[in-house]
Amino acid sequence: MSLIFAIFLPIIIALVIPFLFKKVSNIHTGWFVLLVPLALVFFYGAYIPSVMDGNTYIEEFSWIPSLDISLVSYIDGLSLLFSLLITGIGALVVLYSIFYLDKEKEKLGNFYVYLLLFMSAMLGVVQSDHLISLYFFWELTSISSFLLIGYWYTKDRSRFGALKSMMITVFGGLMMLGGFVLLGIMGKTFSIRELIDQAPILAGHEFFVWALVLVLIGAFTKSAQFPFYIWLPDAMEAPTPVSAYLHSATMVKAGLYLVARFTPLFALSEVWVWLVTGVGLLTLFWGSVFAVKQTDLKAILAFSTVSQLGLIMSLLGIGSISYHVTGNLMTTFTIATFAAIFHLMNHATFKGSLFMIAGIVDHETGTRDIRKLGGLMSLMPISFTIAMIGSFSMAGIPLFNGFLSKEMFLDATLSLQHFNVHSLESWWILFPIVAWIASVFTFVYSLYFVFHTFLGKHKPELLPKKAHEAPWGMLVSPSILATLVVVIFFVPNYFSTMFIKPAVAAIQPLAYQVPADIGFKIKAWHGFDSPALYMTLGVFLIGFILYKTIEKWTPVYERIPAKMSLNRFYDGLMNLSDKGANRLSSSYMTGSIRSYLLYMFAALIILLALTMWIKDAFVMDLTYLAPIKFFEVLISIVLIISTLTILITKSRVTAIIALGAVGYTVALFYIIFKAPDLALTQLVIETVSVALFLGAFYHLPKMNKYENRKLDHRFRLNNFLIALGVGIMVTLIAIASHSQKLVKSISEYYKETVYSEAGGGNIVNVILVDYRGFDTLFEISVLTIASLGIIGMITVRLSKKKGDRKVEDK
Amino acid sequence: MTTFLWIIVVLISLSILGFVYRLVKGPSTPDRVIALDAIGVGLITLIGLISILFDTVFFLEVILLLAVLSFIGTVAFSKFTEKGEIIQRDRNS
Repeated sequence: MSLIFAIFLPIIIALVIPFLFKKVSNIHTGWFVLLVPLALVFFYGAYIPSVMDGNTYIEEFSWIPSLDISLVSYIDGLSLLFSLLITGIGALVVLYSIFYLDKEKEKLGNFYVYLLLFMSAMLGVVQSDHLISLYFFWELTSISSFLLIGYWYTKDRSRFGALKSMMITVFGGLMMLGGFVLLGIMGKTFSIRELIDQAPILAGHEFFVWALVLVLIGAFTKSAQFPFYIWLPDAMEAPTPVSAYLHSATMVKAGLYLVARFTPLFALSEVWVWLVTGVGLLTLFWGSVFAVKQTDLKAILAFSTVSQLGLIMSLLGIGSISYHVTGNLMTTFTIATFAAIFHLMNHATFKGSLFMIAGIVDHETGTRDIRKLGGLMSLMPISFTIAMIGSFSMAGIPLFNGFLSKEMFLDATLSLQHFNVHSLESWWILFPIVAWIASVFTFVYSLYFVFHTFLGKHKPELLPKKAHEAPWGMLVSPSILATLVVVIFFVPNYFSTMFIKPAVAAIQPLAYQVPADIGFKIKAWHGFDSPALYMTLGVFLIGFILYKTIEKWTPVYERIPAKMSLNRFYDGLMNLSDKGANRLSSSYMTGSIRSYLLYMFAALIILLALTMWIKDAFVMDLTYLAPIKFFEVLISIVLIISTLTILITKSRVTAIIALGAVGYTVALFYIIFKAPDLALTQLVIETVSVALFLGAFYHLPKMNKYENRKLDHRFRLNNFLIALGVGIMVTLIAIASHSQKLVKSISEYYKETVYSEAGGGNIVNVILVDYRGFDTLFEISVLTIASLGIIGMITVRLSKKKGDRKVEDK
Repeated sequence: MTTFLWIIVVLISLSILGFVYRLVKGPSTPDRVIALDAIGVGLITLIGLISILFDTVFFLEVILLLAVLSFIGTVAFSKFTEKGEIIQRDRNS
């Protein structure tokens, strides 16, 4: 149970955090929280040696056995790498937050509860082997991320950003759920491993591409891919530890995890390869180009995160090509997967440290606006060093780990030339070119980020605070990450055997049985014949020139019309759905009963007519008909004339009298159809209701007031048509149902037993009080309720008249 | 005998139709009220005839009831046309 327990440990600790925050006020709550990720790092660290040998661990906790839903914790290379990232960077972020968030001013209880909730959710996402529990944790990350982004909930922008990220990621999450359900239907199992085992069978299924696209939408929204990246820059309103943790190192990589996890299943389809690669490259390009435009430190980092995630995504896409090729080429493309995982790890290290530095700069100078900053190098030397390491690694400069993965990335895009399907041979070249341009922009914004903040002229008059170096505690976490950035460059293969090869083996189970099979070694120097070397040199050269002339060409961005922005599109969409729904409902919800009745009757006609037409239900059978008597015809004529009088009369009294005539004629019908009890009741009730109508009539305004304005009795064609339709429809149904009596009436039984069983002679009354006395009971109740209701209404009205409003309001 | 009764039924029905015409057309409300009263009487006659034709005694109650209702109805209408309301109520008490 230890693996399952480890997932839920943060949530369990989160339960006691508010108490600690309230009761132990002299110690920063973060110190207690720090123990959780630290413990988990060691816990998961213990699995490294065994997973390196290709072992996997699985633990199952049955959740809803009858629906076959369980929490399955599955540890292989991929999930272990992510678990270590989550807990490791989680520990560093908690440490950083202890110094970043003030003990007195901030609601630390809330913060750490959300953070621990998120940590559990993220561990659950990466370890779940069951699709439904994966989705469960996935949504938990969305919710905790929503809470964390809106942590300073008194700020409008925080709430806006939280809502936006919630809308987009939950949209993606729901799409993903749809994909999961399709997968469950196709494979008859929710276990990812079992689905992967039957991947070749599933690939032929008609739902396969649908499931693929839906799952990809989920991954793209979470990992801020084009065009769903727009929530990430707005999520920068969160406290910096949150940005560093969620929006650079962990949550935004959940989509990458999902893509990596499903690669053995979906890579069999070429749609997957091209979608993942294409969208990844587009995102890489778009994010890097727009990062240069930003003036807020965290916004630069947000766009850079978007672009780096695109890079990793495209590498995963190229890596999945290995499922379509054989032999040596397979190795060529699996290297892309290797590069993806390697860069994923590198990105978590350098981007985490950069976010923390941005937070430090914000914390110590009071602003994150890069136009106000400058010349901080001498004031904040340690921060400057860390920022430089991070930025240079991001830019892909040697001596830092980013260089290694960037070279591998350029190599991977070049390797696309070997994949000749769909007449790719002519336009594969597009991919390396786009990748190269994006790398140039990455280089530019990396330098821009670090040099515009720390070099140049110091402008103390623009800063809200007097700038000075951060306290040591804030610098510990970014220093550790920056150290890792450098260490990974010098001993990459050590990290590769420990983390990356097991992960690659998990993504490419066809190519490699155990991690040791991967013979690939990371080299910083590829020799002069490597094309990637020249591409990198080109990046440095062009990037440096562009950086030097940055003031001259950035105005180009101003020329891009604001309408092109995807944020504008999102705002428009939200507005449209809001206003549109409003307009739609106000267009048909007029508040007038007349129109509602029109809808109801129209619907009645349409539904009945359609049913009759589709089922071919209309039958006319004359065999059961009784002969028509002259007298009946006569009464019918009277009935019709009276009814028409109600419709066309202009006087209310006439209408009421005609209604009485209708009632009496019906009573006459009862008589000639031999129903004396009904006739008696009908006569009395008709008289009473006519009297009631007259009573009500007395209080109504004179009708001719309306007649003058031609309001009341205007002829309305649609009302007429609908009334006609209802009449015809009901008549047709009556004819049809009379013509096809399928079973015999049970009234023979009543006739035989009315005296012998019930001891009565009047069959109607015996039915009412004996055979079916229950109905009568409740009819009596109805009458009671009606009379009580009338009494209630009249007395309420009277008390109002007396001006006794106070009593009424109570 | 039966034929004779049927002829009477038809005649009375026709007279009811005539009353209905007055009911629809009737220029003033009293015309309509009297027409309604006459329809009630016509109905009583009809039901009596039908009872004979159907050879049943079950409808005699209906005749009684109809007579009572017809009377009450006409009185109520008359009162209404005269005073504007049927049941007088002194609301000030």
